Amino acid sequence: MALVKLRAPLKDLAGGRSEVRLQGASLTEVLRALEREHPRTAGWVLDERGGIRPHVGVFVNGERTKEDVPVGPDDRLYVLPSISGG
Amino acid sequence: MTELLIGTRKGLFVLRGDRSGPFEIVHRAFEGVTVEYAIRDPRSGLYLASVTSGHFGPRVWTANDPTGKWEQTAGPAFPEDAGATVERIWVVTPAEEDGVLWAGVAPAALFRSEDGGETWELNRALWDRPERPRWQPGAGGLALHSICPMPGDPDRLTLAISAAGIWHTDDRGKSWRKGNTGLVPLYIPEESRATSEDLCVHNVHRSPARPERLMLQFHTGVYRSDDGGDTWTDIGEGLPSTFGFPMAIDPADPDSGYVIPLVADLDRVTPGGSLRVYVTRDAGKSWTARTHGLPQRDAYMTVLRQAFTHDGGTPLCLYFGATSGAVFGSVDAGATWFTVAERLAPVTAVRVA
Repeated sequence: MALVKLRAPLKDLAGGRSEVRLQGASLTEVLRALEREHPRTAGWVLDERGGIRPHVGVFVNGERTKEDVPVGPDDRLYVLPSISGG
Repeated sequence: MTELLIGTRKGLFVLRGDRSGPFEIVHRAFEGVTVEYAIRDPRSGLYLASVTSGHFGPRVWTANDPTGKWEQTAGPAFPEDAGATVERIWVVTPAEEDGVLWAGVAPAALFRSEDGGETWELNRALWDRPERPRWQPGAGGLALHSICPMPGDPDRLTLAISAAGIWHTDDRGKSWRKGNTGLVPLYIPEESRATSEDLCVHNVHRSPARPERLMLQFHTGVYRSDDGGDTWTDIGEGLPSTFGFPMAIDPADPDSGYVIPLVADLDRVTPGGSLRVYVTRDAGKSWTARTHGLPQRDAYMTVLRQAFTHDGGTPLCLYFGATSGAVFGSVDAGATWFTVAERLAPVTAVRVA
């Protein structure tokens, strides 16, 4: 399972957890799994059409991505507020 | 008499008064549109204002008298082959060459005028940087907002781009190099910070008295450089937050700097509802909160990057404005403050003419 690292406010919505392990073969699947396991995060990262919100930064192994890239069990995902969002 | 040029979301306000106040609004220009920045070029006496119409776009305007007629200039605007449109003009700065002006815009680009702001030419060397497709915008867009000429040396110039960091030229803009060593982008995963190009500089100023010294307000830190902006040292310890927008340096004392911290990037207001200016007199080794004369209760305010300035005098007079529309001044280098104006439109920029 991929390791997903969260910061405030997503960390707070995930019950205070800064790291969660989630199933999924792609970035979208992992982010959907985050919503299922921590329903209060629903709609915060993915919008109603399934796209990553423009001012949320998603990094896979340190690389920023907006695409629905494949994700492996050893991958690390970071979901962070972007500097463009304030 | 002191004259303040206060850019707001709803026009330019020209205030005049004794340096210790009271100030009177003597003119409002560009009614209803955003004035991003306004200065008086001390060499020519010409006033320049960066004005962004929501309908008709951005443009630099000039006037010999800020209370009189303003004339529009021819830009700055990108040439057709650049494939871009100027969104905002963040800053206009007199160069070290007679009659030359620099302008910084969004999307991040530098323009040069050799005719006092009438016409503007894009700096192609910076525009054509190969990294440009990877540059990320800050909340205000991909903005070139700070321009620091090197006193006495027109070949050298330092720029800041949000969020593409610090850039230097040593050949009057023919080529550019980065100057970001030591800046730590805490908003990036730790494993990527060393190589990240997402460097969200909010404001940078050079000390005229010691030009190799600069101070910098970053998205997640406050920094000092003693080598002309090549390397940076964290000087944020002792501040309630290292997030903020503007910064000021005392032109006579390179060890004296000023910041106005906000809570954090996710909460861009003054901490605890208390408006405090933090002053260092030892180049950032320690900071002291200055509160006298500033609202200390229920003051959840935001001060933007161009909205803090000084008059260059001794003792130093400082002025800043908030998006609440309030403007404050100090005639004793920040020790005490007084209210200049209470209810202007949201303040984007403050400069002493």
